[in-house]
Amino acid sequence: MLFLLIRRGLRQHLVSTAVAVLLVALGMGLVVSVFVVRAEAEQSFTRSASGFDAVLGARGSKLQLVLNGLFHQEASPGNITAEDYQQVKALPMVDRAIPIVVGDNFRGVRLVGVSDDFFQNLEYAPDHVYTVEPGGRPFQVGQKEAVVGSLAAHQLGWSIGTTFHPFHGLDYNPEAQHSEIFTVVGVLAPTNSPADRVIWVPLEGVQKLGGHDPAAFTDLSAVLIRFKPGAKAAGFMLDTRYNRQGKRLTLAWPVASILADLFAKFSWFESALQALAYMVAVVAGASVFSAVYSSMSARKRDLAILRALGAHRGFLIAAVLGESAGIGLLGCVLGFGLYAAIASTVQEILRTRIGVLLEPWAWNPVLVWGPLLMLGLSVLAGALPAWRAYRLSVAEGLSPLS
Amino acid sequence: MDPTPALIIRDLLKSYPAPSGGRTEVLRIPHFELQAGQQAAIRGESGLGKTTLMHIIAGILEADSGSVAVGGAELTGLSEARRDRFRAERLGYVFQTFNLLQGLSALENVMLGLAFGKGADREAAMAALDRVGLAGKAGHLPRQLSTGQQQRVAVARALANRPCLILADEPTGNLDAARGRKIIQLLRDSASALGSALLVASHDPEVLGSFDQVIDLADLNQVARHEEEV
Repeated sequence: MLFLLIRRGLRQHLVSTAVAVLLVALGMGLVVSVFVVRAEAEQSFTRSASGFDAVLGARGSKLQLVLNGLFHQEASPGNITAEDYQQVKALPMVDRAIPIVVGDNFRGVRLVGVSDDFFQNLEYAPDHVYTVEPGGRPFQVGQKEAVVGSLAAHQLGWSIGTTFHPFHGLDYNPEAQHSEIFTVVGVLAPTNSPADRVIWVPLEGVQKLGGHDPAAFTDLSAVLIRFKPGAKAAGFMLDTRYNRQGKRLTLAWPVASILADLFAKFSWFESALQALAYMVAVVAGASVFSAVYSSMSARKRDLAILRALGAHRGFLIAAVLGESAGIGLLGCVLGFGLYAAIASTVQEILRTRIGVLLEPWAWNPVLVWGPLLMLGLSVLAGALPAWRAYRLSVAEGLSPLS
Repeated sequence: MDPTPALIIRDLLKSYPAPSGGRTEVLRIPHFELQAGQQAAIRGESGLGKTTLMHIIAGILEADSGSVAVGGAELTGLSEARRDRFRAERLGYVFQTFNLLQGLSALENVMLGLAFGKGADREAAMAALDRVGLAGKAGHLPRQLSTGQQQRVAVARALANRPCLILADEPTGNLDAARGRKIIQLLRDSASALGSALLVASHDPEVLGSFDQVIDLADLNQVARHEEEV
């Protein structure tokens, strides 16, 4: 009977109930989104380091090196020589060293020149290696061939056999088209990493394009480095060698800590979003209070009737708190829906623009405490109306007297 | 017939705080009895304390002093929770304004009459609705029923727990004469069928005329008598 009364009570004041439910949903959706998207974004960025431990590049910002080398964002801080690459590749603690060259695009999609090592059993995540979709093959060194990332292929509508003229520079300029023609020979199997959103070509495919400086034909933009398993001191050794003792090159290592610094730069924005989410949560609590309070006031007579029929005061408290908890519960269910919508929008934006894949339903404590917070606020909002119901005078509630 | 009286009132005193300070007595009843299965009406104009008396008998209000026993059970001195329980299990109450919950169907309103005592029992509630001729309207909301039908639902609710005493406070106050007569007849027949005592408070001459025993509250209540004398 208690649940029936709660259900009917909520239905009787449908408009105020619906507004309160929506606000609770908004509060919960925002609180959960702010916390999960923040944490997941950092983790997915770290996951998307494509299996590399460090990036070696020209002297400059470590963050710029990581963004350029691993996330295909920003410009390269400068070039390094082929000798630098050979030296680092020869170091005993280095497992893989993959040189890359950037500087051209096709309608805004970046061309990345890479050595053919890229397709030789290179892991981008544990037990996952870069492969070309069936029907295609890796490019051949020295040929004007390309392997296109899965997202870029989808975006450009390319398939095997498509030919294209690259454009000079990282930003699309229709006036700066190269005369060389490249042919797509393969599509990279999806990796859910930034590798999906670029066009992979042989190193010299970028180095020796018409208009590029012949003196820099062998220069590289960066070298992506993976250390040998167990070579724990490798990072420290190379850090000392390149960053502290050397003055010409920069080793961006450890990648996770550099990305953490990037996120730390936006912590003020995160705090502002959190404050906003909490404010919405408080407003949602106030709306639950308003809905339950006005519902209780409008149904004072109903509550008095219940008492006259033998309901004890505790039953009235349970009925009123049940209504506020019901609003909170419905709001939380809807809030998860809202969160799913927000997360999938952010996920799509990050996937298409940066190439990192957000996992919105990966474990995060806010997925538990967020709904509990809203439920708690809702129940708290029902406390005063419940207290008024508890203190209700049956005789007055049933008036007029005869 | 159960020899235990359905209602015994002794030396009942009830007062309210007066606006000017102190207290104003509204009820002073030395003695009143209603036998098991007996049916009686209490006559009294508005403001004489009929509802206060009914509420005290129902355990909704507490008397200042005196004793009220319903079906042999002493109500005075019981905790509020136990009075609530007693009311749910042993009493039926019909109000002037029907007092149905607008969000619940006729059947659910009748089930409420059982919910806090013996427990919500759909079959027993349906049987009570059937007794008042509204089995076919079980799913209707109060607003979908006529005023007469609403009061019949209220009667069914009061009968659902098979009470030893049915209280009806101006049960025809919101009905036209024809519907009022039907409700009173329904109450009387139902109370007889269940063996319940019936006490109806009213100032309607037609209602009062249908009872063999009519008690004038002005005679019963010494406060009212004193005021009349003054």
